[in-house]
This record gives sequence, structure tokens and C-alpha cells, in this order.
Amino acid sequence: MSETELRVSKIKDGTVIDHITGGHALDVVKILGITGKEKGPMTLAINVPSKRFKTKDIVKIEGRELNPQEVHKIALLAPHACINIIRDYKVVKKQEVKLPKVIENIIKCVNPACISNSNEPVKARFYVDCEDPLLLKCHYCGYIMEKKDVLQRF
Amino acid sequence: MEFEGRDIISIKDFSSEEISYIFKTAKNMEPVAAKGSNMLRGKILATLFFEASTRTRLSFESAMHKLGGSAIGFAEAEIASVKKGENLADTVRVVESYADVIALRHPLEGAARLAAEFSKVPIINGGSGAEEHPTQALLDLYTIKKEKGKIDGLKIALVGDLRYGRTVHSLAYALSLYDIELYLVSPETLKMRREVLQTIKEKIEVTERTSLEKIVPLVDVLYVTRIQKERFPDLAEYAKVKGSYKIDLEALKEAKEDLIILHPLPRVDEIAAEVDNTPYARYFQQVWNGIVVRMALLALILGAVK
Repeated sequence: MSETELRVSKIKDGTVIDHITGGHALDVVKILGITGKEKGPMTLAINVPSKRFKTKDIVKIEGRELNPQEVHKIALLAPHACINIIRDYKVVKKQEVKLPKVIENIIKCVNPACISNSNEPVKARFYVDCEDPLLLKCHYCGYIMEKKDVLQRF
Repeated sequence: MEFEGRDIISIKDFSSEEISYIFKTAKNMEPVAAKGSNMLRGKILATLFFEASTRTRLSFESAMHKLGGSAIGFAEAEIASVKKGENLADTVRVVESYADVIALRHPLEGAARLAAEFSKVPIINGGSGAEEHPTQALLDLYTIKKEKGKIDGLKIALVGDLRYGRTVHSLAYALSLYDIELYLVSPETLKMRREVLQTIKEKIEVTERTSLEKIVPLVDVLYVTRIQKERFPDLAEYAKVKGSYKIDLEALKEAKEDLIILHPLPRVDEIAAEVDNTPYARYFQQVWNGIVVRMALLALILGAVK
């Protein structure tokens, strides 16, 4: 290791989210509801060199395994991310995130005039018009949400 | 072509062939509208209007009566069930027992789609917030076809509130099925919604402008809309744009001789009264066309016309 390089230590148990689009680690942390006040350590690497993409971000969260719902949330913002579940320093599960064609019940429509935001017995549903840049179309009102709108909902 | 039992939620659900079929049926309804008929005797239309309306509700009810059916419903925003906190899903599941078809107007976008998911009887969208107003688009297109003899090849301008005006959203989608040139004229803050633009730009040539002056001499159809005060979150913003475009004789001095001017009504001051008696004005003919188009839709949906 050169003197200018900083090595990030391995985590014992938890989740490593790798290959996040460069510059989006803070967004990923935000949609996972992490405030920094949690007890376990967390490491963020932002804009580190990547072979696949020019730069990438990495988020390592000690003591928390992501559930499938959370993986879908990450797919909204980081469509190329890879989720590694770590137990006792070993990767026990590796999962590339995949954005489903239809997203149900993960986020609410950003259009305040959308019927799905009112007192109706329905789940918010969106169709993925484009993965990157993200464009989600509301099943009910047809409003097209961008990444910034999605972030606003978390 | 199957219309019986079908919902009318969005104009996007129709192909140009289906629209042509509706127009053919509407044309056949012209003499029926004058004489009356028993085509829909025993059938009931419920008009659930959660938002103020004069034309659309009366037009639907008149269309139903002219076909021998009857109409029930309400037309107040402050109706009992809403005051008691009932949601739309429950309201339509109650009303479906009272009626064979429901015409719905609601202040929220996507309301008609939601209602259709819960209702066993067909839902006709009579205006869903600022989103869509598909039967208005059909009557607008029918008027253009009737007055100009064609739709393909025309240059058409939509003017005014293109952001909150639901009629222009539906009409723009409908026009994108034809070979036309579309001009969108609005203040910067009231430009056409992105989701509409994205869809129509894939199909037709669209030009956006903020000034009307140079557009008037180019077009065959001028579709003028009201700036919708009731949909502005901030009335200061409304004050900035109200009266942005005024169609008067001066504004029309360079217009083509056979230009037609349409308006979904109600108008405030965007078309001067002096224009009413010119050959350009067709907005009151639109109202009649609305009756025959809605008669056609009701007859098709309820299976009286195949």
C-alpha cells in the first residue's frame, strides 16, 4: 500500500454496497434512513477509481443486513450497485441490484395532486421508463419522477 | 372493435381507428340528438362530480336523456359522503349498484383510473384534476374534423394554460395520432407538462412559443384555454400570468381566412366578445358536438351500438 492510499478495513458482519455510481453514496445512505447516529461503524468511500466505471462509491455498514425491500430502494439510485452480505468477515451472499419493471409500495408519488397520495386503499405503483437516468411513471396520475424527486420522498 | 363495457380513462387508450369509429357513431347520432331515441331505455348514468362543472355534467346527462336513459348523481364538491370521510374507492363500489355507467369528475389526478379498478360498471373520466379530460378531447377533435373536413395536414395551436389545463393534455395526446404540426403557446410558467411533451414529441412536430403574434397567421386551428385560477398553488403566480393572451379582432388581423377558433369553455377574457360573430368562432358549435360525441360513447359502452 502506498503512503497516499488509504485502506478501508474489512467489516465483520453487515453489508457492503459496492459499485454505487460515483457521487451517490450519500443518496444511498439517505434512502436507507441512516443518519450517522447509529451505534455501528459505517464507512463511505466516494469517487474511488473503478475498472467498470471511471469512479464508484462504496458503503460499508457494520451490523446491518439489508432486506429485499431496501435492495430495491438502492436499485432506484444506483442501478449498477452490488450488495455483499458479510458474516464473520466472509461474503455469504452477493447480489447485483436489479430494478424491476414495476415498482410497488416502495415510494409515494411526488405529485401532491395524485389520487394515490389520498385516503384510498391502493399501493403507489410506478413503471420504470428509464433506469439511467432514472424515470419512473406513476400508474395513477402519469407523473414522471426523476432521481431528485425520488430522493425527495425519502 | 370492442367498446361494450369499456372504461374511458385516458385518450391514450384509444387508437386512431377507434377514434374514427366513435366519430362515425357520433355523426349517426346527429339526427338522433335532434329527435330523441329509446336506445338506452332502462339504463342509468350516474354523474359523480366532485368538482364544480356546468357543461360536462349537463352534456353527459342530456346525452343520456336523448338516448332514452336516465341520469342520477351529484354535482357539489362538499357532498355528504366526502364530508363523512368516504374515499372514492368506496363511493364507486356503492354507486355501481345504482347505475349502469359512471361519469366521474374529481379534483385529483389518476382518480378515474383508481375508480375503474374498483368499479364493476364502466367509468368515464369527466376530468381528473389537471391530468386529463378525454371526452372533451374527442369532441374537440370531432369539431376540427367536422369544420375542416380533415385532421391530417393541419397546423394547430394550443394557447394559454398548458400546464394545468386538462383539456389540452388530452387533446395534445389525441392530436399526436394524426399527421399535424402542433404549436404550443403559453407563458413560461404554464408550459406543457413534461410527460405529455415526451409522449407527443415522439410522434409529431411540436413548436413551443411564449408569444402568439407570429403563430396566428400560420395556423388553421387556434385552441384557446382559460388560465385556471383554481389550480394555482400561489395566487400571486396567477396574477402574473392572467390575461397573457387576448384574442380580439386586432390579434386576428393576420389570420388565415379559414381559421377556426375553439375553446373548451368557460372563458374569462381570453377571447373578446367581438370575436363571437366572426366566421372564426366555433366554440359554441363545440358544445353541440359534445352532446353527439357523448351520446356515441354512451351507446357504444352500453352496447346499444356495436
